[in-house]
Amino acid sequence: MLPAYVEYYKPTSLSEAVELFRDLKKANKQPMYFSGGTEILTLGRLNMDTPRSIIDIKGIPDCNMMERTTQFLMIGASVPLTMIESNNDFPLLTNVSYEIADRTARNKITIGGNICGKIFYREAVLPFLISDSHLLIASLQGIQQIPINAIFNKELLLEEGQLLVSIRTESHFLSLPFISRKIRKQWETGYPLITGAAIKMDGVLRIAFSGICPFPFRSFAMEKEINNTTLSFESRIENAIQQLPHPILDDIEGSKEYRLFVLRNILMDFLLEMGGYNG
Amino acid sequence: MAKDGDRTFEIELDINGEMKNINIQAGETLLHLLRNKLSLTGAKPGCLNGDCGACTVMVDNLPFKSCIMLAIEAAGHKITTIEGLRGTSIQEAFIQHFAFQCGYCTPGFIINCHSLLLNHSKPSKETVRSWLSSNICRCTSYQEIEEAIWSAIENE
Repeated sequence: MLPAYVEYYKPTSLSEAVELFRDLKKANKQPMYFSGGTEILTLGRLNMDTPRSIIDIKGIPDCNMMERTTQFLMIGASVPLTMIESNNDFPLLTNVSYEIADRTARNKITIGGNICGKIFYREAVLPFLISDSHLLIASLQGIQQIPINAIFNKELLLEEGQLLVSIRTESHFLSLPFISRKIRKQWETGYPLITGAAIKMDGVLRIAFSGICPFPFRSFAMEKEINNTTLSFESRIENAIQQLPHPILDDIEGSKEYRLFVLRNILMDFLLEMGGYNG
Repeated sequence: MAKDGDRTFEIELDINGEMKNINIQAGETLLHLLRNKLSLTGAKPGCLNGDCGACTVMVDNLPFKSCIMLAIEAAGHKITTIEGLRGTSIQEAFIQHFAFQCGYCTPGFIINCHSLLLNHSKPSKETVRSWLSSNICRCTSYQEIEEAIWSAIENE
């Protein structure tokens, strides 16, 4: 339940949505874009980060589209994860998505909601980070297409009122060799500890992680070390770990030491499956 | 439906094949509406966090956790709760395999399994496991529940 004072709006166009956001903000109604809404509802139940008005973007065709051409794959922000999995246009994304929450929850969780969420896992962003995807962002000035690696730094750096419309990935990334790993502390359905995703392009590994630091990331410095073929796998892994962008998480889901142990094993899996020569 | 921006709306809902006109609050969950305004108490409040699956209902034949869905999002869709299922093969299979103990999670499991059967006539073991992972049974009847769904699949 959200509080009784919450207002609901369902625009049918991007311009209507961003103008609504501006007007509601001006009226001090703390607007929030709402797609699957799972996080808004779960945090709202705890009176955390509760909006005063919600703008449901599921009525906007641009946010619901899913298009595959010979050049690109375009996924609207409101597309549920299970639809992405069943279409399976981007197998790495399917694999990563398949491990998020559970099957029923993924009927509601949308790709845009996962990427823009506040809970730090946000695993669905990993395949896009290593595939140099582009984000279509709507604002009062119109629509911009921005490289994800220029606008995602720990979180999606949207300005107030900007709306993630869709994600575009060039076709040649969709069929590259890939690997993903999700390690949980408990069972197959517990909360995630670490999720890793990797692709190999032109002989070079690209890697991204969630659950090591309090944000998902792709580290170019780690990639440089992991691709240093003059060194052994073990040395490459230790050098890559030195380049982590933030101290390692140490919480109830896993200690810093345990996360480091898991990370080493995931990196070794990546190298063994796709790393090639062990120098 | 009332105009956008209201805090309360009158919506028309298709629930278990019946059309209902009902007033809702914008921030009201589908679970709250079902239990407190329509007296459909089969969907159970559990975690209220989208984790346990006790509140699962079908929306257009797909399972959704009604605690993380606003009632207003259900407008225009076909809602099926456990009260809307009569004499289905999965209900019979749950009885035959004694796939419950306290019964609190049972409506959610049955709705989820029924939806699986509607959407996959011959699901793989991996598909069944994936769908069943959406629901939690604190009495740990998982073995019996899995046996029940496989028997329903074989009898389809």
